[in-house]
Amino acid sequence: MRDVAIIGIGVTKFGELWDKSFRNLIAEAGAKAILDSGISGNDIDALYIGSMSAGRFVGQEHVGALVADSSGFTHLHIPSTRVEGACASGGLAFRQAYMSVASSMHDIVVVGGIEKMTDVVESEATNILAMGLDQEMESFFGVTFPGVYAMIATKHMYDYKTTREQIAQVAVKNHANGALNPNAQFKKELPLERVLKAPLIASPLGMLDCSPLSDGAAAVVICAADIAKKYTQKPVKIIGSGQASDMFPVHGRENICTFQSTVHAAKKAYKQANIEPKDIDLAEVHDCFTIAEILAIEDLGFVNKGEGGKAIENKITTLDGSLPVNTSGGLKAKGHPIGATGISQIAEIVMQLRGQADKRQVKDAKIGLAHNVGGSGATCVVHILEAM
Amino acid sequence: MDNIGIVSYGAYIPRLRIKSSEIAKVWGKDPATITSGLGIIEKSVPALDQDVATISVEAARNAIARCGIKPQEIGAIYVGSESHPYAVKPTGTIVGEAIGATPNLMVADYEFACKAGTAAIQTCLALVKSNIIKYGLAIGSDTSQASPGDALEYAASAGGAGFVIGKEKVIATINETCSFTTDTPDFWRREGRKYPAHGGRFTGSPAYFRHITECSKKLMDRVGTKPEDYNYVVFHQPNGKFPTRVAGILGFTPEQVKQGLLCPIIGNTYSGASMLGLASVLDVAKPKDRIFVTSYGSGAGSDSFDITVTEQINELQKNNAPLVSQLIANKEYVDYATYTKYRDLLYWE
Repeated sequence: MRDVAIIGIGVTKFGELWDKSFRNLIAEAGAKAILDSGISGNDIDALYIGSMSAGRFVGQEHVGALVADSSGFTHLHIPSTRVEGACASGGLAFRQAYMSVASSMHDIVVVGGIEKMTDVVESEATNILAMGLDQEMESFFGVTFPGVYAMIATKHMYDYKTTREQIAQVAVKNHANGALNPNAQFKKELPLERVLKAPLIASPLGMLDCSPLSDGAAAVVICAADIAKKYTQKPVKIIGSGQASDMFPVHGRENICTFQSTVHAAKKAYKQANIEPKDIDLAEVHDCFTIAEILAIEDLGFVNKGEGGKAIENKITTLDGSLPVNTSGGLKAKGHPIGATGISQIAEIVMQLRGQADKRQVKDAKIGLAHNVGGSGATCVVHILEAM
Repeated sequence: MDNIGIVSYGAYIPRLRIKSSEIAKVWGKDPATITSGLGIIEKSVPALDQDVATISVEAARNAIARCGIKPQEIGAIYVGSESHPYAVKPTGTIVGEAIGATPNLMVADYEFACKAGTAAIQTCLALVKSNIIKYGLAIGSDTSQASPGDALEYAASAGGAGFVIGKEKVIATINETCSFTTDTPDFWRREGRKYPAHGGRFTGSPAYFRHITECSKKLMDRVGTKPEDYNYVVFHQPNGKFPTRVAGILGFTPEQVKQGLLCPIIGNTYSGASMLGLASVLDVAKPKDRIFVTSYGSGAGSDSFDITVTEQINELQKNNAPLVSQLIANKEYVDYATYTKYRDLLYWE
């Protein structure tokens, strides 16, 4: 298996983008990534696209070939594959692309992620997202994503004495970071009081504990590491990639406050990278709900189980903390266009490792981690990146 | 369009009110957040015996009472509403009969979400200009619907205004009008459905703000005026915040908006909203005052009007009918339970 590097990134603005269609968005992200990488269209060997439910959100399946065609690559007749793993679709597509280059099957691959979620009404979007849960055992009985994460939050508060304020602080921190990200859906700081007083969605989680519905796309260009410097002065190497799964519905898990998929995916990625959690300089984690970020920093080994809330309170994960988490604003403030999320996390880490993150730049960032979760933790994919 | 315009006007607002805080309480929302967020303190509520026909008749009678024209001289009545009591059978015939304008009369009911009333003004203007009719009566009125618990419930209210359009005894000349129309599905109610649906925040920038700003700019370009040339400006008012925001975008000041902004205290009267705003301005306007009006109807379109008040306004018998401020002051509060009865939200067999 050979080394693989990221040589280009492209992200669209995230938000309610009523004037941009599914195909506009992915073509924009892809074009930005290709321009950033310095490759030409003819250099591309394959495309991968992460998208959770283009069929239900915009009535379009078969998006692999559609993306190749609408991006102007019809004449290349290259393979173009759509990958789906609920909210981890982007991260999984990235891993598939990575493996295809690592295995020497391809040399240069563009991998994108996209979701166009605001063409349906909010209640329909909630139903579509709930398809990432277990239809027979969870959704059928009326539980939605906010419901599942609210149960996890309640249990976390009970077992580990995590406070409502600690959970809410995740949103405060991520909005502070989002305010510094020009592509974020919410570029406004959020006072703690507002999070605590927001309308209740599923107790204890309120409106401002939840990531939004978003339109957006992201793309990156990867290639064999030995040719990376041909295209860019600042390639970023993929030093670890781990993917794992877990019991599909939440209720059968030994401890609903631990995502075993995260634990196992991270273990594999750390092993491959030959590093430990303490070596990570910054991380983008899957904060689809505020409580999910607390789970993530525990399951990724940054803090002990049960100490996530304290870590947030002690500001360890803020931009100037010892381990900045979700410098992009995370899913909460940057936005969460499902399929695009995993790829946009990679793009943020690359930006940070290149030293191009402007006002949200983490000093001396060398190694970054991206953590993308599917459903309520049945799928997880973790990537570790290092500046070359 | 020299000296064609408004000959008289009349308004009507039902007496009952419900406070935003009362609705918020029922749905477990923070009353202060809702009230300040939407900029609506209370809204008018139609009683069981009030509908678009009765509101339109009241507004029409008030308009006639002020100018003293003979109802038989009215050649056309157009009633704009999205809550006509009948799906088939016009409201306009009821109004025509009630004020004694039948039978030599053109009548049609209009629907263009919240701007059907201003569309009726445009039709009457054209008919008067072409000498097909002497006077036309344009009415915008609604008893707007909102699904229980929907954000619209804080706004959807009832009221209306009627304008007599003609060439003689014109109290306010309509110098110019234009429209801006696209197919933009921001808010709709399907045939047979009791409550409308909407696209949430999509009703903002691509819908309300785009159409109002484009239409307003087009009219000012055409007439050669600037925002500061106007004493008053009236915009459609779906909540208390949008009109001031769109005014700011276009370069109007909050002072210009104030007299025509009624939504904070009566809610969104839909087809009646910009018409009642204009009526409120005419209640206080003086000769030579210049008024700018832009309505907005979902679906979507805007109508803009450039209006100059004439000396004739001093001759209008304003006190023969209630001023908008008097209609607003005459109120009685209901609680949410009473509201559900009046708005037919209860289900029984």
